[in-house]
Amino acid sequence: MRKLQEWDARSVAEVIESRGETTVVIGRDDLLKVAGYLATEPSLKFSFLSDIATVDRFPMEPRFEVNYQLLSMDLPARLRLKVKLSGSDPVIPSVFGIWPTADWHERENFDLFGIRFEGHPNLRRIVMPDEWEGHPLRKDYPTEGYR
Amino acid sequence: MSQAPGVTIETTTGPSPSMVLNMGPQHPSTHGVLRVVLELDGEIVMKADPVIGYLHTGIEKSCESKTYTQAITLTDRIDYLAPLSNNLGYCLAAEKLLGLEVPKRAQYIRVLLTELTRITSHLVWLGTHAIDLGAMSVFLYSFREREEIMKIYEFVSGQRMMTSYFRIGGLALEPPTGWLDKVQRVMDSLPAHIDEYEDLLTGNRIWMARTKGVGMMTAAQAIALGASGPLLRASGVPYDIRKAFPYSSYDEFDFNVQTQTAGDCFARYQVRVAEIRESIKIVKQAMEKIPSEGPFRAEMPGIIPPSREEMKTSIEGLIYHFKIWTEGFAPPAGEVYQAIESPRGELGVFMASDGSPKPYRVHFRTPSFVNLQTLRTLCEGSLIADVVACIGTTDIVLGEVDR
Repeated sequence: MRKLQEWDARSVAEVIESRGETTVVIGRDDLLKVAGYLATEPSLKFSFLSDIATVDRFPMEPRFEVNYQLLSMDLPARLRLKVKLSGSDPVIPSVFGIWPTADWHERENFDLFGIRFEGHPNLRRIVMPDEWEGHPLRKDYPTEGYR
Repeated sequence: MSQAPGVTIETTTGPSPSMVLNMGPQHPSTHGVLRVVLELDGEIVMKADPVIGYLHTGIEKSCESKTYTQAITLTDRIDYLAPLSNNLGYCLAAEKLLGLEVPKRAQYIRVLLTELTRITSHLVWLGTHAIDLGAMSVFLYSFREREEIMKIYEFVSGQRMMTSYFRIGGLALEPPTGWLDKVQRVMDSLPAHIDEYEDLLTGNRIWMARTKGVGMMTAAQAIALGASGPLLRASGVPYDIRKAFPYSSYDEFDFNVQTQTAGDCFARYQVRVAEIRESIKIVKQAMEKIPSEGPFRAEMPGIIPPSREEMKTSIEGLIYHFKIWTEGFAPPAGEVYQAIESPRGELGVFMASDGSPKPYRVHFRTPSFVNLQTLRTLCEGSLIADVVACIGTTDIVLGEVDR
């Protein structure tokens, strides 16, 4: 964490230390830069992306929070990157180029939340049928579905 | 390999005509309802594209409309071959959110039962993988042993499969008297049975021909694709969450992380069989550690239900009992990510609370979902018949892939 702030303090909007976990809030435009640094910096090597999970804070703004769970096997340590997105423009750069495992994670978040990952090679629905309407995990989507 | 019903064949024109073959979703070797779109050049697989979602049941969405305790029953159904591992991951995440310390006795019992789960899950994998590759008898034997462990689940929790035995703060019930004797009996007989399977498979020329050098994956590929569990360890990465980030007192147990370097189907077979043996070691240690008496769940008024005795004799106990079972409990707002080593790999639970009695968001990072992404790498350049071996060794559970 300190390394990240030494490297580029401007890209870190906020650091949350809670329940033994570290969350770094960054801006959408800094995502690729920060992710690339964390994945390749030899003393950190967050080379394993565990998960991407979105939280929908509807009706609050910024509505979406995209959480990247990073893992460094060498340290070992975990780190969460959080990017906040507005409800009217849920677009975020894809990290597929840094962690190829992001492929399905990003497709899942696109499918269930409607977040568009720019630069993803194959952004299609993954668990819902291709012709499905709406994004089921959004908070304004009823649990029993639209009838 | 038998042909899947409803095979669709398209041909594309070009210098080397390739064929698109649809495998599944109703195909026995896909272990559920997985569909794989294969692009073939003769019998060589050029591209394998898994299509998933046939078992999507919206578990994450359903969790949001249930209380924290009610949602435990849904976690059983994510990975129906390892229900207790899912229970554990979910409960640990909720406990982290609450800042709850679970009594040692409950922690050891959890370790014992999740290791039994690892054994049953690997036994199912071994049996089904062997039957996919034509070794029928191993399937019959491994299911025989699995049933013995299922009987222990039933004895302890009342259910063979959907146990829901772990609760937030500890266990659902005091384990019945004499359960450890049953565990002891199974553990005494199991090592000899594992030797039996190894006699049938390890040196078997057909088995080696079907698995050695098939479905290769390097360590760098495995990490890039996010593979975890035996899949990662068979490629030579000694990463095990039980060692790297110990939970539930795993740091007090003596066991080795099993790795192989070959990165093929045979290496994954070796890792899993060795893991069964390690799990037996852990179970035996846990049996010695578990104190015969002591609390089986934490005490935290308003969050953990009071004992029956207390509920009937004290007014606070009665109020808490009523409140917990009618409206649940509300952890403080915040987010946690808790990962455990499930039989298949890293099972992560991301949980966000907004301070209400229902989880605001629960996300399961399921190992099968991520591991299935490696199928493309495993299959490329191999024969169609090897696709079956590759699907088998990724050890996917479709319930967990689709949730």
